[in-house]
Amino acid sequence: MQVTLIVNGKNYTRDVEPRMLLVDFLREELGLTGTNIGCDTSQCGACTIHLDGQAVKSCTALAVQVDGSEVTTIEGLGTNDALHPMQQAFWDEHGLQCGYCTPGMIMAAVKLAENDNAISESKIRHGLEGNICRCTGYQNIVKAVQAAAQTMQSEAGDEQWQRV
Amino acid sequence: MATSIGESVKRVEDPRFIQGKGRYVANLKLPGMVYVAIKRSPYAHAVIKRIDASAALALDGVVAAFTGQDLKDAGMGALPCGFNPPDIKVPPHYALATDKVRYVGDGVVAVVAEDPYTAFDALELIEVDYEPLPVVVNAKKATEAGAPQLHEEVPNNVSFYWALGDRAEMDKVLAEADHVVELELVNQRLIPNALEPRACVAQWSDFAEEMTVWTTSQNPHLIRFLMSAVTLGIPENKLRVISPDVGGGFGSKAFHYAEEVIVPFVSKQTGRPAKWVSSRSEAFISDSHGRDHITTCKLAIRNDGTFLGLDVTTHANMGGYLSLFAPLIPTALYITLLSGLYKIPTIFGESYGVMTNTVPVDAYRGAGRPEASYVVERLVDIAAHDLKMDPIELRRKNFIQPDEFPYQTPVALVYDSGDYDKMFDKVVEISDYQSLLQQREQARSQGRLVGVGVSGCIEASGVGPSKAVIGLGSGVGLWESGSVRVHPTGKISVMTGSHAHGQGHETSFAQIVAGTLGVPFADIEVIHGDTGRTPFGLGTYGSRSASVGGSAILRSCEKVRDKVMKIAAHQLEAAVEDMVYDASNGTIYVQGSPDRAKAFAEIAVATLTAHQLPDGMEPGLEESTFFDPPNFTFPSSAHIAMVEIDPKTGEVELTHYSAVDDVGKVINPMIVEGQILGGIAQGVGQALWEAAVYDDEGQLLSGTMMDYTLPRADGFPMINIGRIETPSPTNPLGVKGAGEMGTIVGTVTIANAVMDALAPFGLRHLDMPLTAEKLYNAIHSAGNGHHNGSSNSSSNGTGNGGAL
Repeated sequence: MQVTLIVNGKNYTRDVEPRMLLVDFLREELGLTGTNIGCDTSQCGACTIHLDGQAVKSCTALAVQVDGSEVTTIEGLGTNDALHPMQQAFWDEHGLQCGYCTPGMIMAAVKLAENDNAISESKIRHGLEGNICRCTGYQNIVKAVQAAAQTMQSEAGDEQWQRV
Repeated sequence: MATSIGESVKRVEDPRFIQGKGRYVANLKLPGMVYVAIKRSPYAHAVIKRIDASAALALDGVVAAFTGQDLKDAGMGALPCGFNPPDIKVPPHYALATDKVRYVGDGVVAVVAEDPYTAFDALELIEVDYEPLPVVVNAKKATEAGAPQLHEEVPNNVSFYWALGDRAEMDKVLAEADHVVELELVNQRLIPNALEPRACVAQWSDFAEEMTVWTTSQNPHLIRFLMSAVTLGIPENKLRVISPDVGGGFGSKAFHYAEEVIVPFVSKQTGRPAKWVSSRSEAFISDSHGRDHITTCKLAIRNDGTFLGLDVTTHANMGGYLSLFAPLIPTALYITLLSGLYKIPTIFGESYGVMTNTVPVDAYRGAGRPEASYVVERLVDIAAHDLKMDPIELRRKNFIQPDEFPYQTPVALVYDSGDYDKMFDKVVEISDYQSLLQQREQARSQGRLVGVGVSGCIEASGVGPSKAVIGLGSGVGLWESGSVRVHPTGKISVMTGSHAHGQGHETSFAQIVAGTLGVPFADIEVIHGDTGRTPFGLGTYGSRSASVGGSAILRSCEKVRDKVMKIAAHQLEAAVEDMVYDASNGTIYVQGSPDRAKAFAEIAVATLTAHQLPDGMEPGLEESTFFDPPNFTFPSSAHIAMVEIDPKTGEVELTHYSAVDDVGKVINPMIVEGQILGGIAQGVGQALWEAAVYDDEGQLLSGTMMDYTLPRADGFPMINIGRIETPSPTNPLGVKGAGEMGTIVGTVTIANAVMDALAPFGLRHLDMPLTAEKLYNAIHSAGNGHHNGSSNSSSNGTGNGGAL
């Protein structure tokens, strides 16, 4: 089946099997391997992306199901020279070790912290329940999200982050 | 000012990870690649009667299918066991089963297709006829008369027996002691669950007659050696193994796995690059598991709290085959750690390594040491309860004292350094222990179930001194390589045999170089995980990277520095003894005349031109070191936790956690703290949630992330971290291992806290995981008078013992 998606601002049309998962479409068809696969039961959140503005586990959708949608992956979040505040905060706060959960964790955290510059520790911990990190014990991830929430609000007027 | 040792430098590896540029094996795609999927046994024990892959082979897009016999016929060797204590019986372990399957998940057929979806379709079309056999999953039951037998080579399923100590002396101590605390406990089986599933890619080149294998390994050099010498038979100089970014290991990626035989075999057979990526469900039944001990233990004490002796018997479940390091875990990494932080004059420890119809068990974070600390610290806690002593005071009474190092324990090890009183002083301070106790009393007076748990532990890390480990049964020495290559521009490549899979070596190893040579941090690159680019090394596990791998790098830096000093002295026409190396900026000058100086980069280029070197000196600036430590390092921990149990649900809330660790000198405090925090989370996971559960038919009931409860963000409070430093004298950096400490001590700290919360019910011990269901039932049956925990210790060792 033919499917067209806008991924990180670019249009892509591909002919794929109807059973192809969105995450496989991103990784195998588009080569966007920043989105990792950590489980097969939608538990771990490593494959979290933004689908039409919402944080979604990309293993839970078929590519053909989301035909016409807008997708942002970790590759579309920031650039090397202009990291997204959430990326910067994960780096600053040592919010990652092996890095495997990190793209999904960052994508989930961005949506969590949006519009809430004083997000509480408890809200962050519950909000990230769907993302498993086996390395960090989460403490520095919580700190990173708190730090980024503040930066994101203070930069809210900045066009750069409005699109994600 | 150069970056130096001891600074919390931000990690240089992070920019690629936070941007989705991690170089994981699953991301690798090569032209013409075929995809491998593995048909695994649904039975825990069965004879393979017939395999028919014809329907699969007829499917469009299927390239080939291979059985265990095909691999055997092609000369693929059985997977090795690399730690062989005396009289061990090692059953053959083929990459794909040939005659029988011995656990659910045992590989039977490898199918190869043009794309992964087709490969999975093909699995469904392969027919295998099995004749089911009786199953045993419990290590103790497997040794009983009449138990199902797994391997002809292993009578009664006991692969090995290992003991330290004098049985008669132990019996005498137990008989004469004022008091003996006795406990039966299970250290439950865990599934490591590194978030990146394992993966393997292989590419055979007919042109170069070379095999390249990309694999998710903590240990690429050792894997190459084993592939070459034991399984694939490809000479090492024609075999390159690359472990790029690896998404967590925790021990489970340190072993030579079946897929590392199958995938290269497929590539050679098909002449195309081949790829296998594990699914999570597959990982649950094909990654090595951890722990799984059934233990009986006794602590003999005097009425004043002095420890007299410790007696431990363990049945360790090895699973269906012996994984690479498996026999090491319940022996040399377990029995030898039973002295804990304490002077215990008499210790007897014995382990039986038992085959069962379960996934093979091997090292998982801590590997033997969490099991040891769980035994010791549970017994000590119950002893404190029996003697009505504060648990910290009882521990202090028995600590090895700072002036007693090096300390020879009765179980073979010589501890290097430590100050356990100081460590506990610090944790008492940062946890505000007295306040926690007051909060507990107040809560109890309100009828709430609040407990405070204390634990201290020791670890033998930095594995390890080669003579010692070979003497214990290891097949290889455990030294490490570190090379420092100074390019003519002054830029530096560091090659290490260690492997980072989250530990941040690219940062902390660069700090060692920057701090020693005074070169800009940005000019240093650390290369690891590629046998084609780094000298042979032994990889990362057993908290060895900093102390063994880091020390090799430090030594090489010192050799570079010495050569640079000689060249600078020659060019400045001064005596070497008069030269000063300023490691803050990489300047070499004549003592008293700072203007008579050379910059590091100037000397680097001089080793290229080579016309102004001292007579007889070789050009070039590259040094290598193979560092073999004289001893292990012995980090220690003191942790305190507070929990509250909801009596209505049995659920545990972790309300406070303070951790003080002594990991010796610290290269990067931020990274070390991260290691401790992550380790604690896995420790809490074992105590409260995680368990591999098998039914009697050998089916893994907790075989997905829906059924196996991994720690999540909402399970923790903010944890207080403190540190004391007693430098290790066994390596030039003075460091001790940090990666496993949190797990080794965290588990038992939580268990002690939960049991403290249950003390009002008279409950002495419950086996982990301390789930809501288990606690709810325990509380409610105790409330009904079904439990009386007052009698599982005894005077003069006559008690009936036992856990609940």
